Amino acid sequence: MGKTLFHKVWDRHAVAKLPDGSTQLFIGTHLIHEVTSPQAFGMLRDLGLKVAFPKRTFATVDHIVPTDQRVEPFKDTLADAMIKELRKNCSDFGVTFFDIPSGKQGIVHIVGPEQGITQPGTTIACGDSHTSTHGAFGAVAFGIGTSQVRDVLATQTMALSPLKVRKIEVRGKLGPGVYAKDIILHIIRTLGVNGGTGYAYEYAGPTIEGLSIEERMTICNMSIEGGARVGYVNPDEKTFEYLKGRPYCPKGKDWDTAVVEWKKMASDSDAVYDDVKVFEASEIRPTVTWGINPGQGIFIDEAIPSPEQLPEADRSSAKEALEFMKFKAGQKLAGQKIQVAFFGSCTNARVSDFVEASKFLKGRKVAKGIRAIAVPGSQGVSKICAEMGIDKIFREAGFDWREAGCSMCLGMNPDQLVGDEICASSSNRNFKGRQGSPTGRTLLMSPVMVAAAAVTGEVSDARKVFAQN
Amino acid sequence: MSLSPIKKVAGRAVPVEGDDIDTDRIIPARYMRCVTFDGLGEFLFRDIRQTPEGKSTNHPIDQAQFKGSTILVSGMNFGCGSSREHAPQAIVRAGFKAVISGNFAEIFFGNSTTLGLPCVTAKKEDLKALTQLIKKDPTTEVQIDLEKLKVTAGSLSFSVTMKASAQQGLLSGRYDAIADLLANLPKVKVLAARLP
Repeated sequence: MGKTLFHKVWDRHAVAKLPDGSTQLFIGTHLIHEVTSPQAFGMLRDLGLKVAFPKRTFATVDHIVPTDQRVEPFKDTLADAMIKELRKNCSDFGVTFFDIPSGKQGIVHIVGPEQGITQPGTTIACGDSHTSTHGAFGAVAFGIGTSQVRDVLATQTMALSPLKVRKIEVRGKLGPGVYAKDIILHIIRTLGVNGGTGYAYEYAGPTIEGLSIEERMTICNMSIEGGARVGYVNPDEKTFEYLKGRPYCPKGKDWDTAVVEWKKMASDSDAVYDDVKVFEASEIRPTVTWGINPGQGIFIDEAIPSPEQLPEADRSSAKEALEFMKFKAGQKLAGQKIQVAFFGSCTNARVSDFVEASKFLKGRKVAKGIRAIAVPGSQGVSKICAEMGIDKIFREAGFDWREAGCSMCLGMNPDQLVGDEICASSSNRNFKGRQGSPTGRTLLMSPVMVAAAAVTGEVSDARKVFAQN
Repeated sequence: MSLSPIKKVAGRAVPVEGDDIDTDRIIPARYMRCVTFDGLGEFLFRDIRQTPEGKSTNHPIDQAQFKGSTILVSGMNFGCGSSREHAPQAIVRAGFKAVISGNFAEIFFGNSTTLGLPCVTAKKEDLKALTQLIKKDPTTEVQIDLEKLKVTAGSLSFSVTMKASAQQGLLSGRYDAIADLLANLPKVKVLAARLP
């Protein structure tokens, strides 16, 4: 009987059975940032512990960094204290820090793959729920809390119970203007925001295999939005090609050995799954959320459902969403005026996202009165975009082109919504207050749909807006 | 780390009604600009307890009859979203000792257990009855028996569920795994030498 990648990786990293029945799991790579690590280092100091394997932890700063200007001290004294604390902790405990002057800083889930730290067949942990992003490389990657950050720092392990594995097979050809973001929003809408609780999601099938690595990252990134702590795609030639030559990847003969090992970690063709769900790519259309959780989405040509149309379990949340968003059941989102367009986040701020949208933005202008910001996911992404002239296209279109960081995905830095502004956003969460204003309204969509909303000033079907391209 | 076993939680309970209450709602990100967890209790559910102008919305947590409650009662999928431990830290630091809901998001559940904050899952109809009871009589003492996985309150009595390893950890005082993890460090070193 064959095994899934999840079980192969789990078995390879299991250290011991713990007294409570859980497993002590070895973590191959640990990523940290300024928000969820300072308290963990504090706990280490309190307990008189060291970092057990400092070469297996890498740090960067992303959530709190301002994206407009980088002069230190930051105006926000709290943010300034956080970056200084991370610097001190990394220096005290011997951890590599991709700090701002390094040229390698960025959103932790973009920096890991970019540096080749993210590799197939390993376990990865980070105090951030979007750690599932790294699963795009065939890693098993867990979002963890701060006490577990402490555990991983002190022992390179953590206590966990195994997950069930659900294979999500996507078949067929995506229509034009339909992207990875639409696939994952559609999956979450269909299986529910807590449908994945207790599962690792294995994304598979010809459509997923046909996606680029960066598109696979977009899908794995939002696994947690469907309740699944872990999401992954089996490693293939595309994975190896993407990683080859990256700074932290093996070189020469070691590379060849690594690839042989990585190939063995993929799920066997006769692997047994706890559940299988099949989606047809041709049925997926550009998707936009209308509510306050990422499962409340509709195709661009659909109307917002009335709570009564929905399964009983979804009704109270839908009512709450309509009230908060000030939308009406039966209303279409196409034509809905926006005030802000946000292009960024660990879901969609990689080079390919900017390249794809730039094809459509070239020669067009952001609509009058729209605040449009484009935030590269890392200094690396920023550099490549500059070399390709992508930043220029965004700037000429009227986007404010910023420095790398989490920016307006969450309200922890100066990039925030004001009042009940409506934001067309390429990010991952539309929770109440997520973008920094308690009454701010977020509409999740693909980056190209954000570009279309920016140039028209309203939610628009990018396939129509950009039809002449 | 030697911790006291947690076998029972008893106290008055406050209803925080609604499904999918995410960790951004439990503690908005802008209150996480800090390097310790101190003082987070103050910002628990900040944006639903206050208007943007800072006026109280008279949320149940702030209502006189629920003051001093130690058990939170909520809906489905409690704690979804971000992995921030700041969320259960804020709940604990605001004085709560347990949460009863329809079910919990996984990372939140794990984070809470590690802090010794038991999270028990109740059936929808039981949750509804409990919510009605505490709204009607906020002085009702709610008891959670973690050994029997039973909740009693006034005339109500119903079974709840909890992941076995979490229950085991709480009952044995091993809910924070650090001591057990450290004890195996020699084994960890052997495995680490074999892995890339």
